[in-house]
Amino acid sequence: MVGIVVVSHSARLAEGIAELAGLIAHDCPVAAAGGLEDGSFGTSYERIMNAVESVQNPDGVLIMMDMGSAVMTTEMVLEDLNYDNVRMVDCPVVEGTIAAAAAASGGMSLDEVLREAQLSREIQKF
Amino acid sequence: MKAERVTEILLALGSKIEEEKDFLTELDNVIGDGDHGINMARGFKAVEEKLGTLQTSDIGNLLKTTGMTLVSTVGGASGPLYGTAFMKAGMLMNGKEEMNLDDFLSCLDAAVEGVKTRGKSVQGEKTMLDAMIPALDAMKQAREEGLSAPDVLQKGVDAARTGVEYTKTIIATKGRASYLGERSIGHQDPGATSFTDMLETVCACITP
Repeated sequence: MVGIVVVSHSARLAEGIAELAGLIAHDCPVAAAGGLEDGSFGTSYERIMNAVESVQNPDGVLIMMDMGSAVMTTEMVLEDLNYDNVRMVDCPVVEGTIAAAAAASGGMSLDEVLREAQLSREIQKF
Repeated sequence: MKAERVTEILLALGSKIEEEKDFLTELDNVIGDGDHGINMARGFKAVEEKLGTLQTSDIGNLLKTTGMTLVSTVGGASGPLYGTAFMKAGMLMNGKEEMNLDDFLSCLDAAVEGVKTRGKSVQGEKTMLDAMIPALDAMKQAREEGLSAPDVLQKGVDAARTGVEYTKTIIATKGRASYLGERSIGHQDPGATSFTDMLETVCACITP
């Protein structure tokens, strides 16, 4: 099953989104990589790398990011890890994670999960 | 110059950032998320610790270590950006035990390209590039005119300062400040400022 990583400047935000996704797709591995080691806001290269490794599997991993350094730091982690089945997706981080977790839980491939996450950009709430 | 001198300059960058920490954070408070000074100071503190245990005559190794440490400790956008800048410079200096003015300019060239690619940014978006690019251009020109290394660096510092002033006049279209739109006008960019601080430090270190 495709694994998911949520990267955010805030540890609580990343963990909260992972929790929320767990309610909808409880069997999907979702790892949170939020904040810095000392508890302050920011994005941590090490936390992102550990999160990717923790859900890495042959079906692949999809990574969601909030903004700015979350995107750039994730890029650097992926350049260093050099996996060919770990992808980043540009989408709203909450809606995208939930859509992706549901898709992964339904047994979809990495490409399909990524597309589901991208489709979340178009979701209208009302 | 040799690795020992390069290490001294890298440590001097850290001291300068520590001195300017509050001002950089204050600038970032206005148009960003208020952590630039704190983040950079944390990064350079870690660089100081790393360089303290690193015994090497390879300047590429020093610069790469600095870059990798910044990436893993800064925590904000300046981590991947300055980290990439130092790592690109490090790749260029791989295995070299001597660094001259031309090497420095090539390093800065590689750093600018690295920052552009990493940040998907160009000049004029109110970022560190608005200080880096004019500084590099001015130093290349001064070099062609045959100026001495301290004079070349001074030209670069002057151009970087002008670049910082320029960032006050434009709207941020990259980074957190872009959320402010027109309200970002009138404020100087923290990244352009920290770059200028660092270039000033290099200039002061090599000026007799």
